[in-house]
Order: sequence, then structure tokens, then C-alpha cells
Amino acid sequence: MPTVSVGRDRLYAALGKSYSQEAFEDLCFSFGIELDDVTTEKAIVRKEKHLEEEVGDEDEEVIYKIEVPANRYDLLCLEGLAQSLRVFCGFQEIPTYTLADVTKDAILKMHVKKETSQIRPYVVCAVLRGITFDKARYNSFIDLQDKLHQNICRRRTLVAIGTHDLDKLEGPFTYEALPPSSISFVPLKQERCFRADELMEFYKSDLKLKKFLHIIEGSPVFPVLYDHKRTVLSLPPIINGAHSAITLETKNVFIECTATDLTKAKIVLNTMVTTFSEYCENKFVVEPVEVIYSDGESHIYPDLSVYNMEVSLSYLSGLIGVSLEAEEVTKLLNKMQLHAKQSASDSKQSSFVVSVPPSRSDILHPCDVMEDVAIAYGFNAIKDKAVIDNQGSKRLASSLTLLSLNEFSDLIRKEVALVGFTEVLTFILCSKKENFALLNRKDDKSKAVIIGNPRSSDFEAVRTSLMPGILKTVAHNKDHPKPIKIFEVGDIAILDDKKDVGAKNCRHLAALYCGANAGFEIIHGLVDRVMEKNGVPFVSPGDISGYYIEQSDEPEFLAGRQARIIFKGNQIGTFGIVHPEVLNNFDIPDPCSLVELNIESFL
Amino acid sequence: MAEEAILGYLEHNDEIKDSGEFAEERKIEHNEIVNVIKSLHGFRYVDAEDIKRESWVLTDEGKIYAEAGSPEMQLFLAIPEEGIPKDELQKKVGPSLFKIGCAQAAKNKWLDMGKQLISRKVQHVDDKVKVLLLQIQQGQVIGSDDIKALKARKLIVPQTWKGYSVKKGPNYAPKRKQVVTDLTRDNFQSGEWKELEFKEYNYSAKGQPLEGGHLHPLLKVRSQLKEIFLCMGFEEMPTNNFVESSFWNFDALFQPQQHPARDSHDTFFLETPSTTNILPEDYVQRVKQVHESGGYGSRGYAYDWKREEANKNLLRTHTTAVSSRMLYQLAKKPFSPKKFFSIDRVFRNEAVDRTHLAEFHQIEGLVCDRGLTLCDLIGVLHDFFSRMGMTKLKFKPAYNPYTEPSMEIFSYHEGFKKWVEVGNSGMFRPEMLQPMGLPEDVQVIAWGLSLERPTMILYGIDNIRDLFGHKVDLGLMKKNPICRLGIE
Repeated sequence: MPTVSVGRDRLYAALGKSYSQEAFEDLCFSFGIELDDVTTEKAIVRKEKHLEEEVGDEDEEVIYKIEVPANRYDLLCLEGLAQSLRVFCGFQEIPTYTLADVTKDAILKMHVKKETSQIRPYVVCAVLRGITFDKARYNSFIDLQDKLHQNICRRRTLVAIGTHDLDKLEGPFTYEALPPSSISFVPLKQERCFRADELMEFYKSDLKLKKFLHIIEGSPVFPVLYDHKRTVLSLPPIINGAHSAITLETKNVFIECTATDLTKAKIVLNTMVTTFSEYCENKFVVEPVEVIYSDGESHIYPDLSVYNMEVSLSYLSGLIGVSLEAEEVTKLLNKMQLHAKQSASDSKQSSFVVSVPPSRSDILHPCDVMEDVAIAYGFNAIKDKAVIDNQGSKRLASSLTLLSLNEFSDLIRKEVALVGFTEVLTFILCSKKENFALLNRKDDKSKAVIIGNPRSSDFEAVRTSLMPGILKTVAHNKDHPKPIKIFEVGDIAILDDKKDVGAKNCRHLAALYCGANAGFEIIHGLVDRVMEKNGVPFVSPGDISGYYIEQSDEPEFLAGRQARIIFKGNQIGTFGIVHPEVLNNFDIPDPCSLVELNIESFL
Repeated sequence: MAEEAILGYLEHNDEIKDSGEFAEERKIEHNEIVNVIKSLHGFRYVDAEDIKRESWVLTDEGKIYAEAGSPEMQLFLAIPEEGIPKDELQKKVGPSLFKIGCAQAAKNKWLDMGKQLISRKVQHVDDKVKVLLLQIQQGQVIGSDDIKALKARKLIVPQTWKGYSVKKGPNYAPKRKQVVTDLTRDNFQSGEWKELEFKEYNYSAKGQPLEGGHLHPLLKVRSQLKEIFLCMGFEEMPTNNFVESSFWNFDALFQPQQHPARDSHDTFFLETPSTTNILPEDYVQRVKQVHESGGYGSRGYAYDWKREEANKNLLRTHTTAVSSRMLYQLAKKPFSPKKFFSIDRVFRNEAVDRTHLAEFHQIEGLVCDRGLTLCDLIGVLHDFFSRMGMTKLKFKPAYNPYTEPSMEIFSYHEGFKKWVEVGNSGMFRPEMLQPMGLPEDVQVIAWGLSLERPTMILYGIDNIRDLFGHKVDLGLMKKNPICRLGIE
């Protein structure tokens, strides 16, 4: 979940009310955000530099770190948070966002060249006129772009935002895609002019920007935005030009979002203009820009139209489980920034037309409206109304079937524990080495499920046997009194082309004895006991009515002290003295015997 | 003999004042007397009190001088009347005796150390050191200055002598009864047990450690949770498939393909088998459509849904992947309501620390029925968590791509004195259920939590590696108590 840092005092000023920390936490809890941390600017700096805790100054500004839901982009800055909470608390009416009245001729234009389709095909734009920045607002504006880049823009791959001082530019603008060598400009925070290909080299040492270079690197053309006088606005998604940089004095802001995903670009643009248009001369009014594609297709952005959704009262109360009046629902929806108008229909089948504002891209379906009604009503108020005696579980009494594999596993686990073995529970992920080489086994690539993106060698493969985990447990318990008798019942996975995903689990039992001697007969005895408890008779070799054992030749066991277990004619496992080389590989100083068998054949 | 002597003596006398003297009078080894006194004291036949005496004994060096005379005397006697050159004298008495003897004799002013010759300064001397050593050897007391001097020359060392003074104890008897520690087959069958006295048992010590098998703590908690689910009428889902396709793990759950959870730094994607072989094609089409353009009353996410993304195999990140398969199967038949649960391993490609591992166990419960409500969900959660001993719950709105509403579950922890998050819950979105083909009025309410977290709270474990994996201490596993959920 993304976290937004806001100054506590600024937030309370924006809300028009101060809260105790506890009261604010309660407000957050009921709205569905969380006060994650309370800190100060200086404490953050100290933490970053790993400095000792100093005594904080009384006058240090308190920062609230607030966790917001991942689909609420409108809450990613103080302005949006405060707007939503003001409306939620009833301090403010739902804002109505409108486009400024601009004539067809006067509207700013963005011409899109067709080459852009090779690299980053979409652009959407808007203008915030007569905005008043101060230091805090300006920082918030920059931070919001950062947050959007990190979240919905997927680190600028899907959308990249550029904001410009419109008074330093001259429309109409063009969005082009040109060979890197033919683009030259002074980038933000630099003094000199760079060619785009040089700039890419230059930024390879820039900690922040180098992460974005891969998005366009190697492309024959780079996306670039120009104004009428061929001033470069930006080289998306890398950097803006220095010429049009916004400052505290900037009055008119030109916003452009270039994208590979048009839906997300529109959401990003709407988030920017709905949160910051409150600082404009005409509050909540945004000046549109016409985007004209090379084929003549033209669009006016931002698209601030509301999305209307028809939702019935019975749907809402039916899903929440609390009976609600139509007027009440309208009020509750208003608290969540949703206008609701009762549509003219007969009184029994009351229904609403709910207007979803451009800031609420998270609302996809009437069920999202239902959730907002439930939140505004209060989950915990519903809890008080809920018939507490387990409606959901009483609803049906049915006869159940136990899952035979799990039921059988539990029975076997208890039997093995009853004969004196202690259960362990080890990891399913392991290194390739542990799964093969350390067990003297060869990896013929036909057996193991292999992870493509492991963080460390510990997570390279899914175990194909329980043996590595059991041996690692012994190695980590060298000081435990001998003999050690441990076992595990768990799943391994192997490749299997007959399964839809190409692999399957198998339930195995493994047990180990470790002491002054290897205890081969003890493990042999355990095999007999497991068979006895399953009612399987000991038969002579070749007989398929029961089980027998015969000498085997597995690399993980000592030659001459190992056997395969044949159950009804099929091999289901092996046991033996663990090969001394294998013991050395796992750093185990004492002799061990081990059995591993597939228990699914007993089902 | 010693025991009879002590008990017999005390029959007619009040006290043995000094065990040392007592031993000497009766010509019994003092050590033997001491052992008997300790044993009689243990059974309270007698009460014994410690006596300590400091005395001096000769060192090995001291013993030699007591016999042969002090080094200074030996040296003195080796000097002829006319004197003797230094080298010759040293050769005569040996270098070590020469060195010590010279120093002491010079101190006593017995010698003239001339440049050429060493000669006697006085004609007659007494070997005081030898006399003193002999006196100590005989146990006589000598002056404290002399003790100091001999001690400094390491000729004597102190020795502590320990003995006892002994009186009758509360259990005194002139003859000791035989004591035993156990009822044996012999003393039982012979009837001898009637005459025997049983040694007092040490009730403050622990009994003998027992050997046996043990179940794993985490799986003990799993068993109890299974019981809870079974009591509530839930049926277990088969979760024995770690390898899953992105389709069932994400797409079927209406989780968009650009969702951060689908990034490689959160999920283990597979090199082998890298992609899934088969998906149900008609269902895949419906899922694609609901992602791209919505339907069933939804706007959808409006992006290009890619089949390649859905085909990618992974290690399941949640057991909800299994739930989606189960619900899809359910939708293929005429509808009948179901309550399902599972508790099994899931995998996250996350950094590991004290509370996070790359794999853990997810507990999941779901109810699928017509007309379920948020109230029903809260009711089931209340029932479930009460059975685990968590009765004080509150719910926070949250976001989850496949549930709406989504609620985080908090429980008030009396020990920590605060609200702690104990799980997540919600109602599955229509965009997930309806493409499966479930009837429109069918709702699914579901919740999930990890098995490790409540277990760690229950057993007071603060490092997850102490609970799960190969680094656990087998000793602790064996001592782990039984799991009784819901009992504080």
C-alpha cells in the first residue's frame, strides 16, 4: 500500500479542524486509511543518515505518514486526502470539476506525429490557470507526480508526467518521435545543452534517473515534446527541459502525460487536475487542451465527465444485509464523494443514478458503490447490527467429506510420532545444490520445478525430496542429545506434463535416525511399522499382494546398506544409511539412516 | 564400624566435640568417620556442625631441608677454614643450592664474600630453619614471624583441616534402619518392604526426562484450526499443487496484469515449467473481456489483456488460486451452496526477516451461497475468531483487487493492550464470480490469515525461524505445549 507523508498542521488547516492523534486515527480507521507513523522532517533525515537520536526541537514540524489504498490515486497528496476527508466529515460539498470555456480557436493544441506510435503512442494534456503556489503546495505538487510515477505509472513505463510553466512556452505543441541524435536541449537541473543520446550516457550515473533509461534505450526514435518555437518541453519518460521548469512564481501550469496505456494516462491527468485545481483562480475549473493525431482524430482533455451508474436500493441493502432508506443512502453516498439521484420509479423498487466523479477511477461496478455505502454507514455499526450468532456458518448444515489425502497424512503423522519420532516442518524451497549435488544426485533437468527469479540461492528450486530439509535440521541441531529421531510428512513437486500447469505435488514421508551408529535396522523397523499400521503384509520378492524390500543402488545412500521398498509391485521409496560423503556435504558429524517414501500409494 | 562407634557413643554422651580427636582415639581413619557423619546427617540421625582448623605442612622442598639441613647450613659446612674460591664452592654444592645458600647465609652474616675467596665469618652457627621445620612436622606451634619467613621461602603451606562436632539428630536411633529408594520386585515379593524405610524423596527436583515422539507446534495449531472449520461445517479444499498459472492465481481473480503483486519482486515465477499447458478457453475469453472492457455491470480496467501474462507459471502466492479453481468447478454444475477451507503453503518472493519468510501457511475460509451479505461475513468472522479466543473485533475498510467490500480484521490483544491486525476478508467481486458462470445472486464471502502469526502470538515466539524451517531447536519442539485455542 502506498504511503503519503503530510504535515500534520497543514492537514488540520486544510480540514479546518484539529484532532487529537487518537481521534484522527479513529477517523482514518473508519475511512479506510491508516496513520502508519508520526515523525518529523529532521527525524527522517537522521534516520536516512543513520544518526543517533537527538532530542527533537519543540518546533519541528510533525509529519503524518498515512497509508492509503492502492487503487485510490486521488488520495496520494495532501490536497486529495483533505478533500475526501472534508467531504466524508460533511465539512464540504462534493466539488464539481468543470472545463473552462475556451473557444475552438483559442484552445491550446497538441499535434501528435505518427512516429510516436513506434515508442509511446499517447499523450493527454491540461492547463491549470491562475494557480497560486507556495513552498508547501509546490512540494506537494512535485511529490504527487513522484507518487503517481511510482504507483499507477509503474515507474514511468505506462505513463510519464511533465509539468511546465506555460508562460515560458508558446503553443501549439507537437509530440514527436525523432532519432536521438537529432534532439538537443538543456535538461532540468543542468546548465548546458545535451544531445539526447549523450544525455542517456550522462544519466547512467544518475541514481534517480538511471532506472528509467531502459524504457526508451535502444529505440531508433525517442519521444519528445516541442512548442511552437521548437523549445523542448520534455524527453519523456526521462526528463523535462530546463526552460519551462515550474517555480514558486509559476501562474499557469501546462501538464502533459505521455503513455503506452491511454486509460491510465487519463486517470493520472484527472488526478493531477482534480487535486490541484482548488488552488486555481477559478476553483475546480480546468482549461482543456485539444490533442490532434496525424490521422486527424482529435480529443479534448482532460475528460472530466462523470460516469453514471444505475444502482438499486435493494441491491445495496441486499448485499450489506442492513435495511436502508433511500434518503439515508443518498447522504451516505455523498460522504464518499458520490452524487446520487433517486431515479423516478415506483416507490418499492427505489433506485439511484450514481455519478462517479473523474477523481474516482476505482469505482468499476455497483459493488464498489455498495462498499462505499457500507464504509459511510460504518463497518463496525454493521457489526453491531449483524446478528452475531454466525449467520454465515449456520446458513447450511451439510454432511462433509474429509479430504482423504490430508486425513491419511494426519493419521500417519501420529503413528510415526507414537513410535518415538519428533516431527519437523521444513521449507519447500531450496537451492539446486542441496537438491542434487549435495545428495550425490545428478540433475538431469527432468524432475525439479525451477524458479526463474530467485532472490537468493536458497530459493532456486522446489524440493523433489524431503531429504535436504531433514539433513539441514540435523546439521543445525548438532548439540541435541543422541539419538535424534525426526520425521516430516509434506509435499514435494515434480515436473509432470500430464498436468495443466506441467507439474504436480506428491505427499512424502521421510524419517531419520542419527546416533553413535547409523541405526539402519531402526529405520528398517519403522518401514515395517508403517506397513503394519496400513495392514500391508510382508511378502516374498515378486509377490504383489504386499510389500518387500530389495537391495538398491542410490547415490545418496551407502552401498550395501540401502533398499528400495516395493509395495504391490511398485517402488514407493528407499531407505538406507546416508552416504558418508552426503553427511560431510551437510556438515553432519554423526552417522544417520533415512527413509523416504511416497504415501499417496496407500490411499 | 565407624557408624556403630558414632551412634553407640551418642547413646550415652551428648556430643562428639571433635571428629578428628574421636577418630584418633578409636584408631579409625578420619575420612571414614566424616563420610559416615555426612550420611547420618542426611537422614537426620545426627546433627553435625562444621569445624575448621588451619595448620601448616611442609612443602616438598621443606621436607628435604628438614632431613638434610637448610641450604645455608649445607653451604656453610662446605666451606673449609681457609676459605674456598667461588667457582669451586659452586661446583661442590651444586648451582641451585649455592644460589639459595649464599643468599640466606649472607643475610645471616655467616660469610665473607671476598674477591678471591669465600670464607667463614663466624666459626659456629645453628641451623634454626631445620629445627623449625622439624617442629612443624611434629605438629608443634611456632612463632608467627617464623611462619611468615618459612612461608615466604615456600617451605611450608597452610592446610585447612575439616571435621565435625556431632549431636543426636531428630531421627536418632542407636542402630540405623536400612533405607531403599524404590519398591522392587525382590523386596515386594519377599515381603521385605514392610521392614524397609524409604529414602526421603526430593520433591524439589524434576522427574526423569522421558523419550518419545512429538508433533510439530505449527501443525498442532493447524489441527485445532481444522477442528474449528469442521465444527463450523466447512469442507477442506485440495491444495496439493504448489505450481500454479498466473491465470488462476491472478487473472481469474480480476487482478489486473499491471498490478504490483504480479511484479517479479513479489512473486516466484518459474523457469521450469515456465508456462501452463492448458487453460479453459471459453472461460479465458470471458476473463479477458471483463478485464479489458468489463461486463456484468462493470466498466472493466480498460487495458490490453495479454494471454502470455496469464500463461506464466508461478508458485502460488495465495490459496485463493485454489478457491478460484473450486468455484469454477462449482459453477459448472447446478448451483449448490458450499463452505470451503484450506490451510497450506504459499510463496512470496519477499525479503526475509524475523517475521517474514519466503513461504508460509495461509488459512482460508469461504462461503458460497445465494444472497450472502456483509452482515453474514461479519457473523462468520465473529464465530471463527471467537473460537480462536478473539472476541473483540473491529473492521477497517481496505483494498483488495478481487473483493468488494474488503475488510481488514483487527482484534484487541489483552496482553499487548492494542488492536492487532489478524486477517483480511471480503466479498468476491462480481467481475470474478460471474465470468465463472455462477448465478448472479450468488455471493462468496471469504477471509484469510497466516497460520504462523497466531501461532507465534500463542506460544510467545518472536522469530519465525524458531518456529518453522531447519533452524529450529529440536529441544524446544519437544517441550512445546499442547494447543488449546480459545483458552486464555
